[in-house]
Amino acid sequence: MAAPSLVAAQTSSRTRVRLKPSLIAGIVIIGSLVIMALVPNLVAPYSPTNFDYQAVLQAPSIKHPFGTDNFGRDVLSRVIWGAQVDMQIALFTTLFPFVFGTLVGAMTGYYGRWLDAIFGRIVDIVVTFPFLVLVIAIVALLGPGLNNMFIAVSAVGWITYGRLVRGEILTQKKAEYALAGRVMGYTASRIIFRHLLPNAITPAVVYWMTDMALGILLGSSLGYLGLGAQPPTAEWGVIIADGKNFMTTAWWISTFPGLAITVAGIGFSLLGDGLADLLRPKG
Amino acid sequence: MKPSDHTPIMRVRDLTKTFPVASSGLDRVRGLPAKSVKALTGVSLDLLRGETLGIVGESGCGKSTLARCLVRLYDADSGTLEYDGTNVLGLRGKNLRSYNRRVQMVFQDPFSSLNPRMTVGQVLNEALAVHRLRSSREIPGRIQELLELVGLPKDASERLPHEFSGGQRQRIGIARALSVEPETLIADELVSALDVSVQAQVVNLLLELQERLHLTVMFVAHDLRLVRHISHRVAVMYLGRIVELSSTEKLFSSPEHPYTQALLRAAPDLDPSRKNTLEAVHGELPSPLNPPSGCAFHPRCPKAFERCTLEVPKLEARGLEGHESACFLYEPSSKFKLNLNLLEKP
Repeated sequence: MAAPSLVAAQTSSRTRVRLKPSLIAGIVIIGSLVIMALVPNLVAPYSPTNFDYQAVLQAPSIKHPFGTDNFGRDVLSRVIWGAQVDMQIALFTTLFPFVFGTLVGAMTGYYGRWLDAIFGRIVDIVVTFPFLVLVIAIVALLGPGLNNMFIAVSAVGWITYGRLVRGEILTQKKAEYALAGRVMGYTASRIIFRHLLPNAITPAVVYWMTDMALGILLGSSLGYLGLGAQPPTAEWGVIIADGKNFMTTAWWISTFPGLAITVAGIGFSLLGDGLADLLRPKG
Repeated sequence: MKPSDHTPIMRVRDLTKTFPVASSGLDRVRGLPAKSVKALTGVSLDLLRGETLGIVGESGCGKSTLARCLVRLYDADSGTLEYDGTNVLGLRGKNLRSYNRRVQMVFQDPFSSLNPRMTVGQVLNEALAVHRLRSSREIPGRIQELLELVGLPKDASERLPHEFSGGQRQRIGIARALSVEPETLIADELVSALDVSVQAQVVNLLLELQERLHLTVMFVAHDLRLVRHISHRVAVMYLGRIVELSSTEKLFSSPEHPYTQALLRAAPDLDPSRKNTLEAVHGELPSPLNPPSGCAFHPRCPKAFERCTLEVPKLEARGLEGHESACFLYEPSSKFKLNLNLLEKP
């Protein structure tokens, strides 16, 4: 009989998780950024804030691979220390939106009716404003700084997660396994959290990864505009802003943090793509 | 294979269910009334203890809606539903849960009826733990018992649904329903998604389990031969109503309602020499958004006369005892019965 051997092959392929190259690349990129963020003092060759007037505006060299800025600070060290701030930005601009948006989406999707109507109106109001304009307006109201930026982005960002999860829950709750759960007499919270969410959350997780890249971009934009991280904090957007006056004479000051943002963005995208494959149920 | 006794365990009276249909903005501007689909219109039937009641009809006739109303997945708009003397439609919370423990459902789709992320063991464990039917130490043993009961291998509990075939998945669905030790099982198109060879296995399993566990079964299907094979009584539905309800034997040997007759004619014959040249039913199933007046079958009925377009015939005994139909061709009170032998070949 062929059936047992077939089953055996399937079981072994399930236990041996095969990672795609893109996912490995994503893990490597984000992993190294996380290491930089956790122990920048061990990775960076120089201090990110110490001035060295002996080495001002030096082009990339072996001593300073990314060159130095107008205060003689090592750009490589600043980019590495910047990872600490920007990874924080990536996490804290998205963590609350992910958790809260998922919960709101699950509740509105499952219960519908007036809860859904209220959520729908809030979505209508928020989506009429361009995202960045709304965030800048809230930051302007609260005052510049990282914490206020987290508040502003969180206040707006959960909407997207809410819509994503709500849509998924709407389809999942009509699936017969969800109906079976109701006939089995399970409580609504058991059905939502044990049955529906595990099957509905994948798009939100994948979007979360992309959103981290967008969060870094947003944080850098606000840093550049002077509304996010404040100088002399080494934050990628702030470093780019520092270098903007020297673009023609010292291109390396703005270019390397810009590349760091790009690499982080690619890393999160690859991670998101890979996770999407990994989290998709089989069969 | 006879029902143990004839006391009704479930009484359904005048059950009605309509689904609202979203009307377009244009319709609202024109001031047209809100549309609704009448999925069930005054359905009445008894489910007898220990019997298998088959429910047949074309797709869209409301048989699945009926099944879902009976397990309270849908809330009926009006009518009554009694189970073992209790009014089921008013149950909430704990009482509804204990009703559902007694009346379980097996679903149609072998692919969507199981959570793709839960192993078979987790599915059964959850049911047993939530209803506190076994202590946590007894649960693994009970899971093995259930798997054995539905004919699944012992190691099935470790596996995810995608590792099983359609027939095996339906067995898992049956095991899940049986885990809470119900008295009544409502099987909604249990085997219609399966290959014919597998259908027989699953249906025979259901019959065997019914015998062993003294289950009352309501078997919703569109396959007449299958229903004939397993049911004690059969109800034929058309457009949200029951048009004929009788013992299987009588329904198949002497169908009264023209719709039932047409259904039986439409069923394919295994003997190729007896080619089916008769037109079974002409026309399409009317839209339940706008059902015909009077008897809903009259636009397609070869025997329709004026009264059929005006009045709705009631489902009642019109000839032999225990054989109910809703058709004006047969007068309920008079002894005279029109003998239209519609099965006769031209």
